[in-house]
Amino acid sequence: MTHNSETAQNQHNQSLHSWLLSETPTSRRQAKLSVIYHSWLAFKSNPMAMAGLVILVLLLICAAFAPFLTTHDPFEQDLALGLSAPGENGFWLGSDNLGRDIYSRLIYGSRITLYIVTLVAVMAPIAGLFIGTLAGYLGGWLDFVLMRITDIFLAFPRLILALAFVSVLGAGIENAVLAIVLTAWPPYARIARAETLTIRNADFISAVKLQGAGPLRIIVRHIWPLCISSLVIRVTLDMAGIILTAAGLGFLGLGAQPPSPEWGAMISAGRKFILYHWWVATMPGLAIFVVSLAFNLLGDGLRDVLDPKGKS
Amino acid sequence: MSNNSGITLKDVSIWFGEGEDRVDAVIHASFDIKKGDAFGLVGESGSGKSTILKAITGLAQNWSGSISVMGQDLGQQRSLEFYKTVQMVFQDPYASLHPRHTVDHVLSETLSLHNADNVDHRIVSVLDDVGLGNTFRFRYPHQLSGGQRQRVAIARALILEPAILLLDEPTSALDVSVQAEILNLLTDLREEHNLTYLMVSHDLAVVGHMCSSLAVMNLGEIVEVLSIESMRTMTVEHPYTRQLLEASV
Repeated sequence: MTHNSETAQNQHNQSLHSWLLSETPTSRRQAKLSVIYHSWLAFKSNPMAMAGLVILVLLLICAAFAPFLTTHDPFEQDLALGLSAPGENGFWLGSDNLGRDIYSRLIYGSRITLYIVTLVAVMAPIAGLFIGTLAGYLGGWLDFVLMRITDIFLAFPRLILALAFVSVLGAGIENAVLAIVLTAWPPYARIARAETLTIRNADFISAVKLQGAGPLRIIVRHIWPLCISSLVIRVTLDMAGIILTAAGLGFLGLGAQPPSPEWGAMISAGRKFILYHWWVATMPGLAIFVVSLAFNLLGDGLRDVLDPKGKS
Repeated sequence: MSNNSGITLKDVSIWFGEGEDRVDAVIHASFDIKKGDAFGLVGESGSGKSTILKAITGLAQNWSGSISVMGQDLGQQRSLEFYKTVQMVFQDPYASLHPRHTVDHVLSETLSLHNADNVDHRIVSVLDDVGLGNTFRFRYPHQLSGGQRQRVAIARALILEPAILLLDEPTSALDVSVQAEILNLLTDLREEHNLTYLMVSHDLAVVGHMCSSLAVMNLGEIVEVLSIESMRTMTVEHPYTRQLLEASV
């Protein structure tokens, strides 16, 4: 019985596999899914990239199920139990100077990290893609103006520019995100423009012009799909930097405000005790390190899968 | 100008760049192609053959003189209607198909740009016309051979049922055996759909196989317009034409 259902399951998997790998797809959906499946197979064969993906999935689970995974309320203070070492008094990763459980704060902090990362990852590349492809495709004075603006943004050190924005806009996570986006888009615009310049005189773009397509359609439907893979790679590789910038702003007191359990702010709070109570600053530091590393590994893996130039 | 003129060029000059950077690609070119004819444009690389196609299709913007298609003079802008009449097949089928679009996507996009109905039926029938079955419909370019890609490119040009097809060395990027297939396909399609061809090539054998008359270009100028018969019998006037013909024998 079990054996039978297993074989049936196997056969089912086998047919799905061959359906996805078919060289002669019979519908739009199959053709699309087949491309995704091919990429997934290539991605799966890269163990480091898979490690990155697993860590990020775990991070997502932490953020989603934070209340079930934590042992304490992240905001609950108990000064009598302040600065307990890891393992003492029921604090798995120790407690900070106000007696808050570092483990629970890290778990809740993953929500803030994901929030920042998602917002930046959505806004900055899209802004860059828009500006870069527009400049690259239309050229002329528009290209000149947009690229000089990009140059100006690129000429500032990133953290300092973000600092300036935050001090104008006021401290807080939303403003930190906005500041990071404002400093993060220029490289994406540059990449998108460079890609556009190589594509825009290609025969397939001329061909679609001869079908009667206008500039907007060409940019959105024909140029964007070819720019997106290099942007996705760049974004994942930049994620570590974005997390670090957010943490840096938090550390300087310009990002998330206390008592919010943002990792950078936690390191900042632990700074005063670092000589005798190492865990207060180290634990959030490790969390930042692990997540940044995971994004870097994922980015490297995605580059192997998505970069058309890498393929033979 | 008669009613049965397909493409007429009068005194057409085409250039790239402005001022000191200006390069004259075509100088005072004139020829006349009747409806239903196949006309060849031959010459060495850089003689301006493809540039003439670019000016007709509106891809090259800087030109003077007069170009008329099916009796209508063209301005600087091309209308959607124009692209229903004139379509082009590019030289390199490896560069003329979007790498992330399936055959189906390429063909249906063209139809949707022109608000055509009956999309499914038309895609199936045009694929059939160019000798690709329905099994190729959802493939990506990387799943096709060079000859198959060129058939897709021809299908894309034909799906709007144009009257005129501009062919920019349609076989020069293909294997010799595949070249013959594509040329035969083009010949058949012309008979079937009563098409007018303007074909650019540096291969006199190809032009001899496909066309009824031809123009010879050298350094941006049309040096001679002659019929295929006079090409075969070598009754030519211009020394450059003679040189070209002798080199290819």
